[in-house]
Amino acid sequence: MSSEPKTLYDKIWAAHEVGRRADGNSLLYIDLQLLHEVTSPQAFEGLQLADRPLWRVDANLATPDHNVPTSGRELGFAGITDEVALEQVVTLDKNCKAFGVQQFEILDPRQGIVHVVGPEQGATMPGMTVVCGDSHTSTHGAFAALAQGIGTSEVEHVMATQCLVQNKAKNFAVNVTGALTDGVTAKDLVLAIIGRLGTAGATGHTIEYRGEAIRQLSMEGRMTLCNMSIEAGARAGLVAVDDTTISYLHGRPFAPKGEQWNQAEDYWRTLVSDEEAVFDASITIDASAVAPQVSWGTSPEMVAGIDEQVPDPAEMSDAVQAESTGLALKYMDLSAHQKITDIAISRVFIGSCTNARIEDLRSAAAQIRGGKVSPNVTEALVVPGSGLVKAQAEAEGLAEQFTQAGFQWRSAGCSMCLGMNPDQLGEGEHCASTSNRNFEGRQGYGGRTHLVSPAMAAAAAIHGRFVDIRDDQQGEG
Amino acid sequence: MDAFTQLNGLVAPLDRANVDTDQIIPKQYLKSIKRTGFGDYLFDAWRFLDQGTIGMTPNERQLNREFALNLPEYQGASILIARDNFGCGSSREHAVWALKEFGFRAVLAPSFADIFFGNCFKNGVLPIILPADVLDGFFERAASGLQLSIDLQAQTVTDGEQAHGFEIDSALKEKMLKGMDDIDLTLAEAQLIRDFEVGHRQRQPWLFRD
Repeated sequence: MSSEPKTLYDKIWAAHEVGRRADGNSLLYIDLQLLHEVTSPQAFEGLQLADRPLWRVDANLATPDHNVPTSGRELGFAGITDEVALEQVVTLDKNCKAFGVQQFEILDPRQGIVHVVGPEQGATMPGMTVVCGDSHTSTHGAFAALAQGIGTSEVEHVMATQCLVQNKAKNFAVNVTGALTDGVTAKDLVLAIIGRLGTAGATGHTIEYRGEAIRQLSMEGRMTLCNMSIEAGARAGLVAVDDTTISYLHGRPFAPKGEQWNQAEDYWRTLVSDEEAVFDASITIDASAVAPQVSWGTSPEMVAGIDEQVPDPAEMSDAVQAESTGLALKYMDLSAHQKITDIAISRVFIGSCTNARIEDLRSAAAQIRGGKVSPNVTEALVVPGSGLVKAQAEAEGLAEQFTQAGFQWRSAGCSMCLGMNPDQLGEGEHCASTSNRNFEGRQGYGGRTHLVSPAMAAAAAIHGRFVDIRDDQQGEG
Repeated sequence: MDAFTQLNGLVAPLDRANVDTDQIIPKQYLKSIKRTGFGDYLFDAWRFLDQGTIGMTPNERQLNREFALNLPEYQGASILIARDNFGCGSSREHAVWALKEFGFRAVLAPSFADIFFGNCFKNGVLPIILPADVLDGFFERAASGLQLSIDLQAQTVTDGEQAHGFEIDSALKEKMLKGMDDIDLTLAEAQLIRDFEVGHRQRQPWLFRD
């Protein structure tokens, strides 16, 4: 063993490097592959055509999430009216049965968004390598697992070989000092980080989120943070193991038990960067200076604080940035210098792998305070991240608070984050969304997405526009 | 996989930074369980003025005549030139499948998003990183029917007057030149993986459920 100080990423990488080829690429062993219906069918088909088996059946876990409707769930397959979507969900089911892969199928109470389900089951554990044909696999980095989104050819490669062929990425430290203030969440923090880094700022790097503010985040908050690493260009984000990680995992269905738990915990506690470890790049953010964030453009880097204004391309020195901003404002139908609090909202989406966990739903429900969804908001959806989150929210009375206020309470899935199922924005509609991407048309053709935290989305639903929830908390809202 | 050695082709310009994979192939087309059939929907929301659905053919659609790829001078282009961070966002390999089926075999940009970049090499589409000023020159000349010659072995992009060198990972280059299958290559090391797995199971038995 080398005594050279290592980052957390270096440690996980070293523990999974099967070998290094003469050309410099490494074979990286993969502990867990999560599968969903959209990016797996072509990979399963590839295996079948080449008559190859799965290398390790028990290293795969599947659930349908992207296409499933969020209403009429009790109908199962029969509730999917889109025939093409149905074929995809049925194909996942058939493939899982043919290959013996464990699946939380459409009617299973454990079904949900893969990136909610994996951690909830304890299937994601510290020090693991995790892949999924979905770029938000970075979510699982909250557990100090090296988790990466991959394309379908790589999905097939992992199915057949249990390995990825990769070059090691560089180390990027995002240091977050201080503490987030009331009304400011992990979502606001990560949007502020992306605003600072830019959408390609961490390309080629693995981010480690470090510092006092990170240690104070719950696992849910850390998942939100790591989830959006890809929006800064990083394939993976990481948070070191601490008591919060350990206590979240204890007792989860897939987590080790008895003596094996003790052995695992001892190992997991080593999953922190060495004090002297060197990072290739770093930034420092003061958490106490972060305001609730709202995206105004068509890239997650296009964000502003709730107390700010839409920027003016004419004031930008960089020609490409000015051009992108101009195109974004045109698409979003916003004008330079417009106050963020003057943006009217007609749709609200609370959900997605970024923000559909129990803590997110609690934080959204807390903003209702006896209010009703604004008459200007035609639909406010709440889509829990899994069947288990849904059941818990119902048991806690959150579901009732949402429905009484006029929100729609739905079943688990990716839903309007990307609008593959029937939940979609209409042309020109402005949506306060707790999802992760505000790309053109992402949530529906011509739809206009504003990325916000669950609390900000719920407050926007009540007011019909964005409000500074910090004012609300002082009783001024 | 199709090999890539040389390509002489017409250039089409896409003068936008941060082109995401949602733009390259929108979500409604990802419901297919096949690897083919995506070319007709490449840059769907930019190429067409109407909202498309899976199964529609281009001649049923309302063409956006102002969008570069629809202009007569770029018909038949096999090389796409783009700006920074091309292919950001979703990991969908469908984006590369769509580009290839539409006719593009190479994309030239100052930078690419990681997952998209890797996906290209699985499909015989060559992503080439070139300095922004070289691309500026190509963008200026694209409208006059710019033809480029790409030689992967020599690692050059030649525009008639001048050869521009580019860097590429040697393993990826070899794989593209020979059109090698990644899985075959890795399975040749199967014993190495099995040996690793034995030790890995001893060190972290909780990772194995069988």
